[in-house]
Amino acid sequence: MANSVIEFRQVNKSFDETKVLDEIDFEIEAGKFYTLLGPSGCGKTTILRLIAGFADATSGDILFEGQKINELPANERQVNTVFQDYALFPHLNVFENVAFGLEIRKISKTEIKTAVNEALKLVHLSDYGNREISELSGGQQQRVAIARAIVNEPKVLLLDEPLSALDHKLRKEMQGELRDLQRRLGITFIFVTHDQEEALAMSDQIFVMNAGKILQSGSPVDIYDEPINHFVADFIGESNIVPGKMQRDYVVNFDGQDFSCVDAGMKPNEAVEVVIRPEDLDIVAVDTGQVNVTVDTQLFRGVDYQISAHDKMNNEWKINSIHKTSVGQIVGLAFEPEDIHIMRYHETEDDFDARLETYE
Amino acid sequence: MHKKTTYLIPYMLWIGLFVIAPMALILYQSFFNISGHFTMGNYEQYLTNGVYLKMTFNSILYALIITMSTLLISYPTALLLNRLKNKQFWLLLVILPTWINLLLKTYAFIGLFSQNGSVNDFLRFVGVGSHQILFTDASFIFVAAYIEIPFMILPIFNSLAELNPSMINASRDLGANSWQTFRRVILPLTMPGVKAGFQAIFIPSLSLFMITRLIGGNRVITLGTAIEEHFLVTQNWGMGSTIGVVLILAMFVVMYLTRDRKAKGGRIQ
Repeated sequence: MANSVIEFRQVNKSFDETKVLDEIDFEIEAGKFYTLLGPSGCGKTTILRLIAGFADATSGDILFEGQKINELPANERQVNTVFQDYALFPHLNVFENVAFGLEIRKISKTEIKTAVNEALKLVHLSDYGNREISELSGGQQQRVAIARAIVNEPKVLLLDEPLSALDHKLRKEMQGELRDLQRRLGITFIFVTHDQEEALAMSDQIFVMNAGKILQSGSPVDIYDEPINHFVADFIGESNIVPGKMQRDYVVNFDGQDFSCVDAGMKPNEAVEVVIRPEDLDIVAVDTGQVNVTVDTQLFRGVDYQISAHDKMNNEWKINSIHKTSVGQIVGLAFEPEDIHIMRYHETEDDFDARLETYE
Repeated sequence: MHKKTTYLIPYMLWIGLFVIAPMALILYQSFFNISGHFTMGNYEQYLTNGVYLKMTFNSILYALIITMSTLLISYPTALLLNRLKNKQFWLLLVILPTWINLLLKTYAFIGLFSQNGSVNDFLRFVGVGSHQILFTDASFIFVAAYIEIPFMILPIFNSLAELNPSMINASRDLGANSWQTFRRVILPLTMPGVKAGFQAIFIPSLSLFMITRLIGGNRVITLGTAIEEHFLVTQNWGMGSTIGVVLILAMFVVMYLTRDRKAKGGRIQ
C-alpha cells in the first residue's frame, strides 16, 4: 500500500524459549488511530517496543515507509512514545522535559520556546512550564508525557497503556482528548490497551491480540458486530455465546429450535457458536419471544438491569434490560435475525473474510 | 509515647558519648597551650604560620586527587557492573577487599613496591630497570585510591540500579544517542550516588595518616599526620585539637556543598 507507514512481515519474537510474538503481519496506514487490544501478556507492548526500537525481532522484517528498520537504533526512528509510567525526567521541569527532544536536535532556543509552549497549550498545560514533575498530578504528568512526544512531530506516536493509571472519570476525559488530538495533528497513533471499551471508543482500526497472535483486525463496529471467534466475542463487550448447529445457509439451530440468521458459507450441520449481544435481547411475555428463559439473578446498574437467566438446554443468557423482572420468573426473549452472529470453530481471519465475501 | 523515649536511649547515649562529647572536648582542648594555660594562640598560630596553611592546602589537594581518581575509575566500573548478568556476584568481588584489615593491605603494598618487590622485579624483567616507587606521591595516591574505590563504587552502583530503565528508553526515544543519554539523563539522575561516594572518600582522605606514613614515607604531610604528630610526638594536644577543629569544619563544608539540592519546589509563577 502506498501510504503505509509501518509494516510487519512475519515478525517473531522469543524470549529464551517463550514465543511472545508469532508470525505477526500487519500494515499501518498514515493518519489513523490504531489500537492493539488484548489481555496482559498477549504481546501488544512487545509490538510497540519493536516499533520504537527498544527490542529486536527474533525474525521477520519491520518496515517504516517501505524501509527496513530492524537495525535502526531507537534514537534515529521517526516515532515517539508515551510510556505507561510516563518516564518523565525528574531532574528537569515541565518545560525542560518537553524541550528535551528539540534540544537534542540542536534547534534554536527561540524556536524551542515557541514549539514547547504550543505543545503545552495543546495539552492544556500552558502555565505549567516552570513546575517540577513531582508537583504534578497523575493526569497532568500524563499530559506532559504527551506534549513531550508530539512536540517532536513524529510520523507515528506510540502510546503504551497511557491511561491505565488514571481514575475512571479522567480516563474518559483523556480518551476524548487523545482522539481529538490525533484528528487535529493527523499523526498516526498506535495505542496499546487491555480496555476494550477504550479501544472501541477511540480507534479507527483495532487489532485484537491473544497469545502472541493477531486474531482479528477491523473497525470497532466490524469487530463488535462480527467477532471471529469465542475469544474475541468474549473479550470485546459482553456476549451470550451458545453452542449451535448450522442447518443450512441462513438457518441455525440452537436451544432445540431453528432460527433464521444472516450468516452463510458453512458446511451443512456444522457445529458453530452463536453470539447474541445482551443489549440486543428484549424481554417479552412468556411464549411471545423466540426463547423462554428462567431468571437467575438480577443486578441494578443505574442505567439498566443486568439479568442472568438460563434456557431449557441450560445455556446461560445475559440480558441488559430497562424493565425489571424478578428472580425465578420465566420470560420470553425476543431478537431479530440480524442480532444473531455465527462463529465457526478455528476459523482464521483470512478464511473468515473470504467467507464473508461469498455472500455479502 | 513512653515506649518511643525508651527506644531513643541507645541512640542518645551513642550520640552523646561518642559524637558530642568528643567534639566538645576537642573544641575545649584547642583553647589551651602546651603548658595548660587558656589561649587563643593555637588558632593564631594556625592562621599565621604558613606551615599549617600549606598543610591544609596539601591535604585538600591530595584528598581531591584521590577522590577524583577513584571517581574516574568507579563510575565506569559501576556502569559496567550494572550491565553484567550476575551483577551482585561481581559487586561482591569488589567489596571483598574491604573485609581485609587496612594495615595488612598497606603492608602488602610495601612488599609490592619496595626495591626488591614484585613490581620492581617486573620492571627489571622487561628491561626498564628498578625505580623508587615506595615513598612517592604517586604510590601514596595509588594505594589510597585502591583502598577507597569500593566506597565509591557502592553508592554509584546503587543509584544506577535504582534508575528506572524507562528513563533511558525515553531519552533514546526522544532522539538522544548513548552519550547524550548518559550526560543528560543517567549522570544527573545518579548524582546522589556520586555525592555520597564523594563524601565517603574525600572526608576520610583529609585525615589519612597511616598510608601517608607507610607508603608516602612522610613526604606528604596531611592534616591527619599533623594531628597524630601533635598528640603522640610533640604532646601539644592544644595544637592537635585546633587542627582537629579545622578538620571537623572541613567536613561540614563538604557536607554542605554536596547536600541534596532538589528542594526548589513550589516555584509557581
